[in-house]
Amino acid sequence: MDYDVIIIGAGMSGLAAGIRLAYFGKRVCILEKHYAFGGLNSYYRLDGRDYDVGLHAVTNFVGPGVRDTPLPKLLRQLRMSRNDFELLPQRFSEIRFPGVSLRFTNDLDDLIADVAENFPGEADRFRKLCAHVGEFDDNVLLTDYQSTRATLKEFLHEPMLIEMLLCPIMYYGSAEEHDMDFLQFVIIFKSLFCEGFARPRDGVRKIIKALVKKFRSCGGELRMQTPVERLDVADDRVATVLIVGGETLSAATVLSSAGYVETMRFCGDSPSVPAEEVGRVSFVETIAVLDELPQRLGHEAAIVFFNDCDTFTYAMPEHPVDLRSGVVCCPSNYEGHDDMPEGFLRMTWLANSDVWMADDDAAYRQRKIDYLAEFKTQARRYVPTVDDHFIASDMFTPRTIHRYTGRLNGAVYGSPRKRRDGRTHLKNLFLCGTDQGYLGIIGALLSGITIANMHVLAEE
Amino acid sequence: MGDQRIKNIILEIIAIVAPDAEITDVKTDIRLRDQLDLDSMDFLDIVMELRKRYKIEIPKEEYPELATLDSCAAYLGPKLAGVAAT
Repeated sequence: MDYDVIIIGAGMSGLAAGIRLAYFGKRVCILEKHYAFGGLNSYYRLDGRDYDVGLHAVTNFVGPGVRDTPLPKLLRQLRMSRNDFELLPQRFSEIRFPGVSLRFTNDLDDLIADVAENFPGEADRFRKLCAHVGEFDDNVLLTDYQSTRATLKEFLHEPMLIEMLLCPIMYYGSAEEHDMDFLQFVIIFKSLFCEGFARPRDGVRKIIKALVKKFRSCGGELRMQTPVERLDVADDRVATVLIVGGETLSAATVLSSAGYVETMRFCGDSPSVPAEEVGRVSFVETIAVLDELPQRLGHEAAIVFFNDCDTFTYAMPEHPVDLRSGVVCCPSNYEGHDDMPEGFLRMTWLANSDVWMADDDAAYRQRKIDYLAEFKTQARRYVPTVDDHFIASDMFTPRTIHRYTGRLNGAVYGSPRKRRDGRTHLKNLFLCGTDQGYLGIIGALLSGITIANMHVLAEE
Repeated sequence: MGDQRIKNIILEIIAIVAPDAEITDVKTDIRLRDQLDLDSMDFLDIVMELRKRYKIEIPKEEYPELATLDSCAAYLGPKLAGVAAT
Protein backbone atom coordinates (compact mmCIF):
# COMPACT_ATOMS: atom_id res chain seq x y z
CA MET A 1 0.00 0.00 0.00
CA ASP A 2 1.24 3.47 -0.84
CA TYR A 3 -0.80 5.09 1.93
CA ASP A 4 -3.00 4.26 4.88
CA VAL A 5 -5.54 6.81 3.68
CA ILE A 6 -6.07 8.73 0.45
CA ILE A 7 -8.39 11.72 0.70
CA ILE A 8 -9.99 13.15 -2.42
CA GLY A 9 -10.24 16.94 -2.19
CA ALA A 10 -8.30 19.57 -0.22
CA GLY A 11 -11.37 21.46 0.97
CA MET A 12 -12.32 22.04 4.58
CA SER A 13 -13.47 18.48 5.25
CA GLY A 14 -10.55 16.80 3.48
CA LEU A 15 -8.00 18.95 5.28
CA ALA A 16 -9.64 18.38 8.66
CA ALA A 17 -9.78 14.60 8.12
CA GLY A 18 -6.17 14.73 6.92
CA ILE A 19 -4.99 16.57 10.02
CA ARG A 20 -6.64 14.06 12.35
CA LEU A 21 -5.19 11.06 10.52
CA ALA A 22 -1.69 12.45 9.97
CA TYR A 23 -1.51 13.64 13.57
CA PHE A 24 -2.07 10.07 14.73
CA GLY A 25 0.65 8.71 12.50
CA LYS A 26 -1.29 7.59 9.45
CA ARG A 27 0.36 7.89 6.06
CA VAL A 28 -2.08 10.28 4.41
CA CYS A 29 -2.19 11.82 0.98
CA ILE A 30 -4.74 14.43 -0.09
CA LEU A 31 -5.37 14.63 -3.84
CA GLU A 32 -6.66 17.99 -5.10
CA LYS A 33 -7.61 18.57 -8.73
CA HIS A 34 -7.29 22.35 -8.55
CA TYR A 35 -4.12 24.41 -7.99
CA ALA A 36 -5.72 26.15 -4.99
CA PHE A 37 -6.82 24.67 -1.67
CA GLY A 38 -10.21 25.12 -0.10
CA GLY A 39 -12.70 23.54 -2.50
CA LEU A 40 -16.04 25.29 -2.12
CA ASN A 41 -14.43 27.83 0.22
CA SER A 42 -11.43 29.15 -1.58
CA TYR A 43 -9.61 32.34 -2.46
CA TYR A 44 -7.75 33.89 -5.32
CA ARG A 45 -5.94 37.01 -6.42
CA LEU A 46 -7.10 39.12 -9.33
CA ASP A 47 -5.55 42.43 -10.47
CA GLY A 48 -3.59 42.70 -7.24
CA ARG A 49 -6.59 42.15 -4.99
CA ASP A 50 -7.57 39.27 -2.70
CA TYR A 51 -10.99 37.72 -3.26
CA ASP A 52 -12.83 35.02 -1.30
CA VAL A 53 -15.17 32.38 -2.68
CA GLY A 54 -17.66 31.06 -0.18
CA LEU A 55 -17.19 32.38 3.35
CA HIS A 56 -19.61 35.17 4.06
CA ALA A 57 -19.30 34.33 7.69
CA VAL A 58 -17.80 31.67 9.86
CA THR A 59 -20.86 30.45 11.74
CA ASN A 60 -20.92 28.83 15.19
CA PHE A 61 -18.84 31.64 16.70
CA VAL A 62 -18.74 31.53 20.52
CA GLY A 63 -16.64 33.38 23.08
CA PRO A 64 -13.51 31.91 24.71
CA GLY A 65 -15.30 30.46 27.76
CA VAL A 66 -17.65 28.14 25.84
CA ARG A 67 -16.45 24.55 25.39
CA ASP A 68 -19.27 22.28 24.28
CA THR A 69 -20.31 23.74 20.92
CA PRO A 70 -18.98 22.79 17.46
CA LEU A 71 -16.25 25.47 17.10
CA PRO A 72 -14.31 24.78 20.33
CA LYS A 73 -14.83 21.04 19.85
CA LEU A 74 -13.31 21.02 16.41
CA LEU A 75 -10.42 23.24 17.47
CA ARG A 76 -9.62 20.71 20.20
CA GLN A 77 -9.82 17.84 17.74
CA LEU A 78 -7.48 19.60 15.31
CA ARG A 79 -5.07 20.61 18.10
CA MET A 80 -5.48 24.18 16.96
CA SER A 81 -6.31 27.32 18.90
CA ARG A 82 -8.79 30.12 18.43
CA ASN A 83 -5.85 32.34 17.47
CA ASP A 84 -5.12 30.19 14.42
CA PHE A 85 -8.33 31.44 12.78
CA GLU A 86 -8.25 35.05 14.11
CA LEU A 87 -12.04 35.24 14.21
CA LEU A 88 -13.61 38.64 14.75
CA PRO A 89 -17.34 38.74 15.60
CA GLN A 90 -20.04 40.51 13.60
CA ARG A 91 -21.87 43.52 14.95
CA PHE A 92 -25.28 42.59 13.55
CA SER A 93 -27.08 41.11 10.57
CA GLU A 94 -30.60 41.46 9.19
CA ILE A 95 -33.43 39.60 7.55
CA ARG A 96 -35.34 42.06 5.34
CA PHE A 97 -38.80 41.23 4.01
CA PRO A 98 -41.46 43.59 2.60
CA GLY A 99 -42.42 45.96 5.40
CA VAL A 100 -40.55 44.17 8.18
CA SER A 101 -36.93 43.57 9.17
CA LEU A 102 -35.45 41.40 11.89
CA ARG A 103 -32.05 42.16 13.31
CA PHE A 104 -29.87 39.53 14.95
CA THR A 105 -26.49 39.48 16.64
CA ASN A 106 -24.36 36.80 18.24
CA ASP A 107 -26.73 36.94 21.22
CA LEU A 108 -30.00 35.05 20.66
CA ASP A 109 -31.81 37.37 23.09
CA ASP A 110 -31.50 40.21 20.56
CA LEU A 111 -33.38 38.20 17.95
CA ILE A 112 -35.99 37.11 20.51
CA ALA A 113 -36.54 40.77 21.45
CA ASP A 114 -36.80 41.84 17.80
CA VAL A 115 -39.31 39.08 17.03
CA ALA A 116 -41.37 40.22 20.05
CA GLU A 117 -41.34 43.80 18.80
CA ASN A 118 -42.24 43.01 15.18
CA PHE A 119 -44.55 40.04 15.82
CA PRO A 120 -45.94 40.66 19.33
CA GLY A 121 -48.37 37.75 19.09
CA GLU A 122 -45.55 35.34 18.28
CA ALA A 123 -43.19 36.27 21.13
CA ASP A 124 -44.02 33.34 23.41
CA ARG A 125 -44.34 30.88 20.58
CA PHE A 126 -40.95 31.91 19.17
CA ARG A 127 -39.40 31.44 22.62
CA LYS A 128 -40.89 27.94 22.70
CA LEU A 129 -39.43 27.21 19.27
CA CYS A 130 -36.00 28.37 20.49
CA ALA A 131 -36.30 26.08 23.51
CA HIS A 132 -37.34 23.18 21.26
CA VAL A 133 -34.32 23.79 19.02
CA GLY A 134 -32.05 23.89 22.07
CA GLU A 135 -33.37 20.57 23.35
CA PHE A 136 -33.57 18.82 19.99
CA ASP A 137 -31.40 15.72 19.81
CA ASP A 138 -29.02 16.62 17.02
CA ASN A 139 -27.31 13.27 16.83
CA VAL A 140 -27.11 13.10 13.07
CA LEU A 141 -26.98 9.33 13.01
CA LEU A 142 -30.24 8.77 14.84
CA THR A 143 -32.91 11.18 13.65
CA ASP A 144 -35.34 10.58 10.80
CA TYR A 145 -36.39 13.14 8.21
CA GLN A 146 -38.89 15.65 9.50
CA SER A 147 -40.29 18.53 7.42
CA THR A 148 -39.15 21.92 8.71
CA ARG A 149 -42.11 23.78 7.23
CA ALA A 150 -44.56 21.41 8.92
CA THR A 151 -42.72 21.65 12.25
CA LEU A 152 -42.52 25.46 12.15
CA LYS A 153 -46.28 25.63 11.50
CA GLU A 154 -46.85 23.73 14.74
CA PHE A 155 -44.95 26.39 16.67
CA LEU A 156 -45.67 29.66 14.84
CA HIS A 157 -48.92 31.17 13.51
CA GLU A 158 -47.51 34.09 11.50
CA PRO A 159 -46.60 32.83 7.99
CA MET A 160 -44.26 35.78 7.36
CA LEU A 161 -42.17 34.94 10.44
CA ILE A 162 -41.79 31.34 9.24
CA GLU A 163 -40.57 32.59 5.86
CA MET A 164 -38.20 35.04 7.53
CA LEU A 165 -36.58 32.29 9.59
CA LEU A 166 -36.32 29.94 6.62
CA CYS A 167 -34.62 32.53 4.42
CA PRO A 168 -31.22 32.77 6.16
CA ILE A 169 -31.24 29.15 7.27
CA MET A 170 -31.92 27.76 3.80
CA TYR A 171 -29.44 30.12 2.17
CA TYR A 172 -26.74 29.01 4.58
CA GLY A 173 -27.13 25.31 4.18
CA SER A 174 -30.09 23.67 2.48
CA ALA A 175 -29.28 21.29 -0.36
CA GLU A 176 -33.00 20.60 -0.58
CA GLU A 177 -35.36 22.92 -2.45
CA HIS A 178 -38.57 24.33 -0.88
CA ASP A 179 -38.21 22.60 2.49
CA MET A 180 -35.48 21.01 4.59
CA ASP A 181 -34.89 18.33 7.19
CA PHE A 182 -35.71 19.75 10.61
CA LEU A 183 -32.44 18.32 11.96
CA GLN A 184 -30.55 20.42 9.42
CA PHE A 185 -32.69 23.42 10.40
CA VAL A 186 -31.76 22.90 14.05
CA ILE A 187 -28.05 22.63 13.31
CA ILE A 188 -28.08 25.81 11.20
CA PHE A 189 -30.44 27.71 13.55
CA LYS A 190 -27.95 27.13 16.38
CA SER A 191 -24.97 28.01 14.21
CA LEU A 192 -26.53 31.31 13.09
CA PHE A 193 -28.69 32.52 15.95
CA CYS A 194 -27.61 30.74 19.16
CA GLU A 195 -23.91 30.96 18.36
CA GLY A 196 -23.18 33.51 15.63
CA PHE A 197 -21.06 35.01 12.88
CA ALA A 198 -17.39 35.89 12.80
CA ARG A 199 -14.73 36.38 10.19
CA PRO A 200 -10.96 36.27 10.01
CA ARG A 201 -9.62 39.66 9.00
CA ASP A 202 -7.82 38.16 6.04
CA GLY A 203 -10.84 36.13 4.97
CA VAL A 204 -11.04 32.43 4.34
CA ARG A 205 -7.37 32.19 3.33
CA LYS A 206 -6.43 32.60 6.98
CA ILE A 207 -8.31 29.42 7.88
CA ILE A 208 -7.22 27.41 4.86
CA LYS A 209 -3.56 28.32 5.23
CA ALA A 210 -3.65 27.41 8.93
CA LEU A 211 -5.19 24.02 8.09
CA VAL A 212 -2.68 23.29 5.33
CA LYS A 213 0.22 24.25 7.59
CA LYS A 214 -1.11 22.03 10.36
CA PHE A 215 -1.63 19.11 7.97
CA ARG A 216 1.91 19.38 6.62
CA SER A 217 3.43 19.77 10.08
CA CYS A 218 1.75 16.48 11.03
CA GLY A 219 3.52 14.78 8.12
CA GLY A 220 0.63 14.73 5.64
CA GLU A 221 1.24 14.85 1.90
CA LEU A 222 -0.73 17.20 -0.31
CA ARG A 223 -0.73 16.81 -4.07
CA MET A 224 -2.19 19.69 -6.05
CA GLN A 225 -3.42 19.56 -9.66
CA THR A 226 -3.87 15.84 -9.22
CA PRO A 227 -7.39 14.96 -10.39
CA VAL A 228 -8.73 11.47 -9.81
CA GLU A 229 -9.85 9.73 -12.97
CA ARG A 230 -11.18 6.47 -11.60
CA LEU A 231 -11.42 4.27 -8.54
CA ASP A 232 -10.71 0.66 -9.50
CA VAL A 233 -12.83 -1.77 -7.53
CA ALA A 234 -12.11 -5.37 -6.51
CA ASP A 235 -13.87 -7.47 -3.83
CA ASP A 236 -16.16 -4.60 -2.79
CA ARG A 237 -13.19 -2.39 -2.06
CA VAL A 238 -11.33 0.42 -3.78
CA ALA A 239 -8.19 -1.38 -4.94
CA THR A 240 -6.39 1.50 -6.63
CA VAL A 241 -6.88 5.17 -7.28
CA LEU A 242 -6.10 6.12 -10.86
CA ILE A 243 -4.88 9.68 -11.38
CA VAL A 244 -5.53 11.52 -14.65
CA GLY A 245 -2.33 10.94 -16.63
CA GLY A 246 -1.99 7.29 -15.69
CA GLU A 247 -0.39 7.11 -12.25
CA THR A 248 -1.99 4.66 -9.81
CA LEU A 249 -1.97 4.86 -6.02
CA SER A 250 -3.21 2.46 -3.38
CA ALA A 251 -4.50 2.97 0.14
CA ALA A 252 -6.24 0.93 2.81
CA THR A 253 -9.00 3.53 3.07
CA VAL A 254 -10.27 6.22 0.72
CA LEU A 255 -12.22 9.25 1.95
CA SER A 256 -13.91 11.31 -0.74
CA SER A 257 -15.16 14.86 -0.36
CA ALA A 258 -16.00 15.05 -4.07
CA GLY A 259 -19.73 14.46 -3.47
CA TYR A 260 -21.74 11.23 -3.52
CA VAL A 261 -22.77 11.15 -7.17
CA GLU A 262 -19.39 12.53 -8.25
CA THR A 263 -17.61 9.82 -6.24
CA MET A 264 -19.86 7.07 -7.65
CA ARG A 265 -18.91 8.23 -11.12
CA PHE A 266 -15.26 7.53 -10.25
CA CYS A 267 -16.20 3.89 -9.61
CA GLY A 268 -16.62 2.15 -12.95
CA ASP A 269 -19.32 -0.39 -12.07
CA SER A 270 -21.09 1.76 -9.51
CA PRO A 271 -24.78 1.39 -8.74
CA SER A 272 -26.88 3.69 -10.89
CA VAL A 273 -27.64 6.95 -9.18
CA PRO A 274 -31.17 8.37 -9.30
CA ALA A 275 -31.38 11.87 -10.80
CA GLU A 276 -32.93 13.33 -7.65
CA GLU A 277 -29.70 12.65 -5.78
CA VAL A 278 -27.90 15.28 -7.84
CA GLY A 279 -28.06 18.65 -6.08
CA ARG A 280 -29.72 21.55 -7.90
CA VAL A 281 -29.13 24.46 -5.55
CA SER A 282 -26.49 26.80 -6.88
CA PHE A 283 -25.69 30.47 -6.74
CA VAL A 284 -24.37 33.42 -8.65
CA GLU A 285 -22.36 35.81 -6.54
CA THR A 286 -21.16 39.26 -7.52
CA ILE A 287 -18.22 40.66 -5.58
CA ALA A 288 -17.84 44.42 -5.94
CA VAL A 289 -14.84 46.40 -4.76
CA LEU A 290 -15.56 49.92 -3.52
CA ASP A 291 -13.12 52.74 -2.80
CA GLU A 292 -14.85 53.31 0.55
CA LEU A 293 -16.05 50.95 3.26
CA PRO A 294 -19.82 50.36 3.05
CA GLN A 295 -20.24 51.20 6.75
CA ARG A 296 -19.09 54.75 5.92
CA LEU A 297 -21.69 54.88 3.17
CA GLY A 298 -24.54 54.01 5.46
CA HIS A 299 -24.60 50.21 5.27
CA GLU A 300 -23.61 48.63 8.58
CA ALA A 301 -25.00 45.07 8.56
CA ALA A 302 -22.50 42.23 8.17
CA ILE A 303 -25.04 40.09 6.31
CA VAL A 304 -28.50 40.95 4.94
CA PHE A 305 -30.84 38.16 3.88
CA PHE A 306 -33.47 39.80 1.71
CA ASN A 307 -36.69 38.66 0.11
CA ASP A 308 -38.98 40.98 -1.83
CA CYS A 309 -42.13 38.81 -1.69
CA ASP A 310 -44.33 37.70 1.19
CA THR A 311 -43.35 34.10 0.63
CA PHE A 312 -39.80 32.90 0.21
CA THR A 313 -38.95 30.57 -2.67
CA TYR A 314 -35.80 28.53 -2.30
CA ALA A 315 -35.38 26.51 -5.48
CA MET A 316 -33.55 26.40 -8.75
CA PRO A 317 -35.18 29.33 -10.62
CA GLU A 318 -36.58 29.27 -14.14
CA HIS A 319 -34.54 32.36 -15.01
CA PRO A 320 -30.73 32.44 -14.94
CA VAL A 321 -30.97 34.11 -11.54
CA ASP A 322 -33.81 34.66 -9.06
CA LEU A 323 -33.59 38.36 -8.26
CA ARG A 324 -36.42 38.25 -5.71
CA SER A 325 -34.21 37.19 -2.83
CA GLY A 326 -30.58 36.95 -1.93
CA VAL A 327 -27.78 37.57 0.53
CA VAL A 328 -25.73 40.75 0.82
CA CYS A 329 -22.43 40.31 2.58
CA CYS A 330 -20.15 43.08 3.68
CA PRO A 331 -16.84 41.72 5.04
CA SER A 332 -15.74 45.00 6.60
CA ASN A 333 -18.80 45.06 8.87
CA TYR A 334 -17.17 42.79 11.41
CA GLU A 335 -15.33 44.10 14.45
CA GLY A 336 -11.73 45.11 13.83
CA HIS A 337 -12.23 45.58 10.08
CA ASP A 338 -12.56 49.38 10.03
CA ASP A 339 -9.10 49.95 8.60
CA MET A 340 -9.53 47.72 5.56
CA PRO A 341 -8.05 49.56 2.57
CA GLU A 342 -11.03 48.90 0.28
CA GLY A 343 -14.64 47.99 0.74
CA PHE A 344 -16.32 44.86 -0.54
CA LEU A 345 -19.98 44.32 -1.21
CA ARG A 346 -21.02 40.81 -2.19
CA MET A 347 -24.46 39.76 -3.37
CA THR A 348 -25.60 36.18 -3.82
CA TRP A 349 -28.65 34.97 -5.74
CA LEU A 350 -30.11 31.54 -6.42
CA ALA A 351 -29.17 30.51 -9.95
CA ASN A 352 -30.28 28.13 -12.66
CA SER A 353 -27.18 26.08 -13.34
CA ASP A 354 -28.53 24.61 -16.61
CA VAL A 355 -28.63 28.06 -18.20
CA TRP A 356 -25.15 29.08 -17.04
CA MET A 357 -23.62 25.72 -18.01
CA ALA A 358 -25.16 25.71 -21.51
CA ASP A 359 -23.90 29.15 -22.60
CA ASP A 360 -21.09 29.38 -25.11
CA ASP A 361 -18.19 31.54 -23.95
CA ALA A 362 -19.43 34.76 -25.56
CA ALA A 363 -22.97 34.34 -24.20
CA TYR A 364 -21.57 33.52 -20.75
CA ARG A 365 -19.47 36.70 -20.68
CA GLN A 366 -22.44 38.78 -21.81
CA ARG A 367 -24.68 37.21 -19.17
CA LYS A 368 -22.19 38.16 -16.48
CA ILE A 369 -22.18 41.75 -17.75
CA ASP A 370 -25.99 41.83 -17.72
CA TYR A 371 -26.16 40.62 -14.15
CA LEU A 372 -23.51 43.08 -13.01
CA ALA A 373 -26.01 45.77 -14.04
CA GLU A 374 -28.71 44.01 -11.98
CA PHE A 375 -26.28 43.88 -9.08
CA LYS A 376 -25.76 47.62 -9.19
CA THR A 377 -29.51 48.24 -9.29
CA GLN A 378 -30.06 46.10 -6.21
CA ALA A 379 -26.93 47.33 -4.40
CA ARG A 380 -28.27 50.91 -4.44
CA ARG A 381 -30.87 49.80 -1.91
CA TYR A 382 -28.06 49.21 0.57
CA VAL A 383 -25.40 51.67 -0.56
CA PRO A 384 -27.22 54.41 -2.54
CA THR A 385 -23.94 55.85 -3.87
CA VAL A 386 -22.50 52.50 -4.94
CA ASP A 387 -21.94 53.68 -8.53
CA ASP A 388 -19.70 56.55 -7.39
CA HIS A 389 -17.49 54.21 -5.37
CA PHE A 390 -17.40 51.16 -7.62
CA ILE A 391 -13.87 50.28 -8.78
CA ALA A 392 -13.86 46.60 -9.72
CA SER A 393 -15.91 43.42 -9.60
CA ASP A 394 -15.83 39.72 -10.20
CA MET A 395 -18.59 37.15 -10.39
CA PHE A 396 -18.79 33.45 -9.77
CA THR A 397 -21.53 31.29 -11.22
CA PRO A 398 -22.59 27.61 -11.17
CA ARG A 399 -20.14 27.17 -14.02
CA THR A 400 -17.24 28.53 -11.96
CA ILE A 401 -18.11 26.21 -9.08
CA HIS A 402 -18.34 23.22 -11.39
CA ARG A 403 -15.05 24.02 -13.09
CA TYR A 404 -13.04 24.29 -9.88
CA THR A 405 -14.73 21.72 -7.65
CA GLY A 406 -16.23 19.20 -10.07
CA ARG A 407 -19.64 19.60 -8.36
CA LEU A 408 -22.37 18.62 -10.79
CA ASN A 409 -24.68 21.60 -11.44
CA GLY A 410 -22.28 23.68 -9.34
CA ALA A 411 -24.41 22.46 -6.43
CA VAL A 412 -22.80 24.24 -3.51
CA TYR A 413 -24.57 22.20 -0.83
CA GLY A 414 -24.33 18.92 -2.70
CA SER A 415 -26.94 16.21 -2.85
CA PRO A 416 -30.28 16.71 -1.07
CA ARG A 417 -29.90 13.19 0.29
CA LYS A 418 -27.21 13.15 2.95
CA ARG A 419 -25.34 9.98 3.92
CA ARG A 420 -24.74 10.74 7.51
CA ASP A 421 -22.67 7.67 8.37
CA GLY A 422 -20.43 8.37 5.36
CA ARG A 423 -20.75 4.81 4.09
CA THR A 424 -20.86 3.81 0.43
CA HIS A 425 -21.40 0.47 -1.33
CA LEU A 426 -17.64 -0.15 -0.99
CA LYS A 427 -16.15 -1.27 2.31
CA ASN A 428 -13.15 1.06 2.36
CA LEU A 429 -14.67 4.11 0.65
CA PHE A 430 -16.32 6.78 2.79
CA LEU A 431 -17.78 10.22 2.11
CA CYS A 432 -16.88 13.35 3.97
CA GLY A 433 -17.90 16.96 3.43
CA THR A 434 -21.07 18.32 1.90
CA ASP A 435 -22.77 15.05 1.03
CA GLN A 436 -22.15 13.53 4.45
CA GLY A 437 -24.43 16.04 6.05
CA TYR A 438 -22.71 18.82 7.93
CA LEU A 439 -22.66 22.08 5.95
CA GLY A 440 -20.85 25.38 6.09
CA ILE A 441 -17.20 25.87 6.99
CA ILE A 442 -17.51 24.65 10.55
CA GLY A 443 -19.80 21.82 9.46
CA ALA A 444 -17.38 20.70 6.76
CA LEU A 445 -14.48 20.67 9.22
CA LEU A 446 -16.57 18.63 11.67
CA SER A 447 -17.56 16.26 8.89
CA GLY A 448 -13.92 15.48 8.08
CA ILE A 449 -13.12 14.97 11.75
CA THR A 450 -16.16 12.76 12.39
CA ILE A 451 -15.58 10.50 9.39
CA ALA A 452 -11.83 10.15 10.13
CA ASN A 453 -12.64 9.26 13.75
CA MET A 454 -15.51 6.90 12.99
CA HIS A 455 -14.11 4.95 10.06
CA VAL A 456 -10.34 5.05 10.57
CA LEU A 457 -9.18 6.00 14.06
CA ALA A 458 -11.87 4.29 16.17
CA GLU A 459 -11.80 1.19 13.98
CA GLU A 460 -8.39 -0.01 15.13
CA MET B 1 6.95 3.79 35.63
CA GLY B 2 5.55 5.02 38.93
CA ASP B 3 1.88 5.79 39.61
CA GLN B 4 2.53 9.50 40.02
CA ARG B 5 4.38 9.63 36.71
CA ILE B 6 1.46 7.93 34.96
CA LYS B 7 -1.02 10.37 36.48
CA ASN B 8 1.13 13.26 35.31
CA ILE B 9 1.25 11.78 31.81
CA ILE B 10 -2.55 11.60 31.71
CA LEU B 11 -2.80 15.21 32.84
CA GLU B 12 -0.27 16.26 30.21
CA ILE B 13 -2.33 14.48 27.58
CA ILE B 14 -5.55 16.12 28.78
CA ALA B 15 -3.81 19.49 28.50
CA ILE B 16 -3.18 18.72 24.83
CA VAL B 17 -6.55 17.14 24.08
CA ALA B 18 -8.56 19.81 25.91
CA PRO B 19 -6.33 22.85 26.47
CA ASP B 20 -9.21 24.80 27.96
CA ALA B 21 -9.85 22.22 30.70
CA GLU B 22 -8.91 23.23 34.26
CA ILE B 23 -6.40 20.56 35.33
CA THR B 24 -4.67 22.16 38.30
CA ASP B 25 -6.83 20.54 40.96
CA VAL B 26 -7.95 17.18 39.61
CA LYS B 27 -9.14 14.64 42.20
CA THR B 28 -7.55 11.26 41.60
CA ASP B 29 -10.57 9.17 42.58
CA ILE B 30 -13.34 11.02 40.72
CA ARG B 31 -14.25 10.32 37.09
CA LEU B 32 -12.23 12.57 34.78
CA ARG B 33 -15.23 13.09 32.50
CA ASP B 34 -17.29 14.44 35.38
CA GLN B 35 -14.60 16.75 36.71
CA LEU B 36 -13.31 18.10 33.43
CA ASP B 37 -16.36 18.11 31.21
CA LEU B 38 -14.68 15.90 28.61
CA ASP B 39 -16.89 14.56 25.84
CA SER B 40 -16.59 11.24 24.03
CA MET B 41 -14.43 12.82 21.30
CA ASP B 42 -11.98 14.08 23.93
CA PHE B 43 -11.95 10.69 25.59
CA LEU B 44 -11.16 8.89 22.35
CA ASP B 45 -8.28 11.33 21.96
CA ILE B 46 -6.76 10.42 25.31
CA VAL B 47 -6.62 6.82 24.14
CA MET B 48 -5.22 7.90 20.77
CA GLU B 49 -2.53 10.04 22.37
CA LEU B 50 -1.45 7.14 24.63
CA ARG B 51 -1.15 4.94 21.56
CA LYS B 52 0.74 7.59 19.63
CA ARG B 53 3.23 8.34 22.38
CA TYR B 54 3.77 4.93 24.01
CA LYS B 55 2.62 2.51 21.32
CA ILE B 56 0.17 0.87 23.70
CA GLU B 57 -3.12 -0.58 22.52
CA ILE B 58 -6.24 -0.11 24.59
CA PRO B 59 -9.23 -2.17 23.41
CA LYS B 60 -12.58 -0.37 23.39
CA GLU B 61 -14.05 -2.60 26.10
CA GLU B 62 -11.26 -1.51 28.45
CA TYR B 63 -11.87 2.24 28.10
CA PRO B 64 -13.74 2.29 31.44
CA GLU B 65 -10.41 1.43 33.10
CA LEU B 66 -9.35 5.00 32.31
CA ALA B 67 -12.19 6.60 34.25
CA THR B 68 -10.16 8.18 37.07
CA LEU B 69 -6.48 9.08 37.53
CA ASP B 70 -6.16 6.28 40.10
CA SER B 71 -7.66 3.69 37.77
CA CYS B 72 -5.47 4.96 34.92
CA ALA B 73 -2.37 4.37 37.05
CA ALA B 74 -3.50 0.87 38.05
CA TYR B 75 -4.47 -0.12 34.50
CA LEU B 76 -1.60 1.50 32.60
CA GLY B 77 1.14 0.50 35.09
CA PRO B 78 1.78 -2.95 33.58
CA LYS B 79 1.35 -1.65 30.01
CA LEU B 80 3.90 1.10 30.56
CA ALA B 81 6.28 -1.10 32.56
CA GLY B 82 8.74 -1.39 29.71
CA VAL B 83 8.58 2.30 28.79
CA ALA B 84 11.35 4.55 30.06
CA ALA B 85 10.14 7.32 32.36
CA THR B 86 10.95 10.18 30.03
